[in-house]
Parts: sequence; structure tokens; C-alpha cells
Amino acid sequence: MAFDNKRFVERDRNWHPPAYAPGYKTSVARSPSQALVSLQTASASELTGPEFRKLRMGPHDNDLLLNFREDPALAGAAGLPVGERIIMFGRVIDQLGKPVPNTLVEMWQANAGGRYRHKKDAYLAPLDPNFGGVGRCLTDEAGWYRFRTIKPGPYPWGNGINTWRPAHIHVSVMGPSISTRLITQMYFEGDPLIPLCPIVQTLNDQEAVETMVGRLDMARSRPMDCLAYRFDLVVRGELQTYFENQ
Amino acid sequence: MKQPNSTPTAELMLRETASQTAGPYVHIGLALHVAGLPERDEEIWSRMATSEVEGEPIEVVGTVIDGNGDLVRDALLEAWQADAKGEYRPEFDLEQAFNSFGRTATTAEGGSEWSLATIKPGAVKRSDGKVMAPHINLAIFARGINIHLQTRLYFEDETEANAACPVLNAIESPARRQTLIAKREELDGKVRYRLDIRLQGEGETVFFDF
Repeated sequence: MAFDNKRFVERDRNWHPPAYAPGYKTSVARSPSQALVSLQTASASELTGPEFRKLRMGPHDNDLLLNFREDPALAGAAGLPVGERIIMFGRVIDQLGKPVPNTLVEMWQANAGGRYRHKKDAYLAPLDPNFGGVGRCLTDEAGWYRFRTIKPGPYPWGNGINTWRPAHIHVSVMGPSISTRLITQMYFEGDPLIPLCPIVQTLNDQEAVETMVGRLDMARSRPMDCLAYRFDLVVRGELQTYFENQ
Repeated sequence: MKQPNSTPTAELMLRETASQTAGPYVHIGLALHVAGLPERDEEIWSRMATSEVEGEPIEVVGTVIDGNGDLVRDALLEAWQADAKGEYRPEFDLEQAFNSFGRTATTAEGGSEWSLATIKPGAVKRSDGKVMAPHINLAIFARGINIHLQTRLYFEDETEANAACPVLNAIESPARRQTLIAKREELDGKVRYRLDIRLQGEGETVFFDF
């Protein structure tokens, strides 16, 4: 079968954050104490994964400026969310630089004031009646994805006495198999909260932090309309196996 | 720039985007109704099989428990499993009777259980020809989990296949193998398998790297 002659580049778990990172308090009781068991022999279980070309999407699934209204009768400017209008876009490629087409990219975020439309979020900054905070799309044939949204605000959380998350957008990407599955967060270039954040600082390597920073891209912005941030996602490289079981 | 050292093309290779926790509000993005958001026309959720499916319909349920023994009430789980014949069906299509992929979550409500309505998967042959016992691959995402945890659910009533499974046997401690084996229950004539996932400490679930 087709999947049997491929492998994915081994995940570098010193590059990713460790499970146990006490600066991020919730990780203390939610990190395994035993070593991971490495699967030495590949199988379809790990080498395959879902494809979403037949998932029916709505016309505004990737447009957070238009995809939520508490009152559907609201239209035009009255129905737009408050905040900094941005395009968030980028390319999904693998570690060998190969584009990953038709893969599912999902994202979710707080509104301009740092408030999530989630029944568990009780932060005093108000909800925006015209902002939901969820998007999804498939990458195109060349691996590009695109969302239109509002730049999220930072928000406080109960980790330290005065801990604030930098502005961030949660990003989920599937890639070609469950081995490439990844959930991360996009931060915004230049945000001074990034180096203060215990979740960002679960990473040991500053270069790894840089992989999570979206860059202002004036060339892709729309004059008199919205700015653009570029965020490329790199998933594990797909290798062919040539000499196995011989 | 630091490079991975395990392959000959290392110097040409990009680094994988780093992982981050899915956080406490993962449901907004991946489980909309759990967050209290209206659902879109099609969502990826926990009903992996319809009544027209070929194979034995089952429910799989469980909890997620942290190192203090407390319920994790904000986890998102993803399932990936073969069909009754042991074949993965990559194309996700809600018009089909069965999808290999599904999602579920634990919440603050009730017993904080996740559940999937699916079928019992068939055995899958590995690339070295060895046969793995029927299993469901599970990925766990939550606040406090910096990179998702990957595990497998096996079935209690597959004693022989489990004993011969090369993956279960690769786990050194036989006692730890048991952490992956779901218990069979019957409820109103329906078959249900239960697996509690313990993130840390006593009875800690085996998690895999692959």
C-alpha cells in the first residue's frame, strides 16, 4: 500500500516544549512521569490520517469578520466586529519544503479585548456581539491558507499573580497523517508579552519560539482596509523508505 | 540554526513548527457546541459510524484523570481507527456510514466523560508483516499539555490478539500494557468499552512517540 513506503522525520522533542514545564503550572499534574514508548516499526496506524476535501464548509468559515452575528438581522458596518482588521495567511509546508495541499487548518481566538466566546471564560472584558472567534479552511494546491479576522487582545490568567497571555491565535493543522498532527499558537511580531509568557517559555530554544511568530506583511495588506500577518506552518517531513525488511 | 541529527538531509531540513497547548478554550475551535457556540453545517465530531455501517457498533467512553486523581474536564480527544476489515478510510465524509476520524471532549458536566459512537476496528497489519490487535489511536489535547499525548485503546475481549500484538509487547512492563486495555460493558444490550486515561502517577497510561 502507498503509505507503507513512507516515513516521517523523527520529532525532535527537545525542540518542542517538554510535557513537564513547572513555570506553566497546569503542566505539573498533566505531564506523564514515565518515558514515552517509541514505536520502532511504522504501520498504517501512524502513517495515515484523515483528508477533509469532502468536509462541507460554509462560505465564511475562514472569515471571522463575517461568520458570527448574535443578531443575524445586523448587516453592513453595524454588524462588523470591533478591532484591528487583519488577514492571517501562510503556507503549510513540510520539513523538506514540500507544500502540503488540501490539508485542514483550524483556528480559534479571543476578541479584540481578550475575551473568548466560551461559556467558561468569565474575564470582565466584554464579548463582541459580532465576533465568534473560530475559523477553518483547507490549504490550496500550493499549500496556502488564509483567514480574515480581528487581532486578538492579550488577557490575564491565573498562573502567576500577574500573568498575561500575549495576543495569540490558536492554530491546528492536520498534515498528511496523524504523525504530522500539530496544534500551536501564532503570536504577533514585536509583542513584548511574548518573552514574559510561561506558556511560550515552556520552549527551551528561542529559535523554536520564532517558529510561532506571525510577521507583519505590508505587501499582502489591503490599503485602507486591513493589515496582514504571515504565519507559515512547517509539519514533519515525509521521507520515502528504500531499503526495509531486506 | 540547530538541526536534527538523525537523517542525511538534516542540513537541508526546516524545523517543525513548535507545539503549544490547546489551552482551556480549545472547544471554541474544535468542539463548538461544547463552548456554547452555534455549530456550522458540518462538524467533525464523535459519531464515527451510522446504523448502516458494516461491523459491530460500539460505544467507547472514559475519563481523563490528572496526577492528583482529579478529572480533567477540558480535554479534547481525537480518534483514528481502521474499519471492521482493518483498513483506514482517510477520506472524511459525513455522507459515509463510517469515518476513521472522530473527535470528542471531556467537559465540566456530568461525569466528565468523553465518548465515541463507532465500530470495533479490525486488526491492522504492520509493515513488517506482524499483525496488531484491534485498536483505536487516540490523541489528547488540553490545557497543561504542551504537546499532545498519543496513546491507543485496545479491547479487553481480544485476549489472544492483544497477547500477540507487537506494539503491546514492546511495552516492557506487562502491568503498564493493561493501561491501554478498555473494559467491556453491556448497557441496554449495547456494547460499550471503557478506558480511563491517567496522565500521571499511579496507573499512568502508556503514551507513544512515533
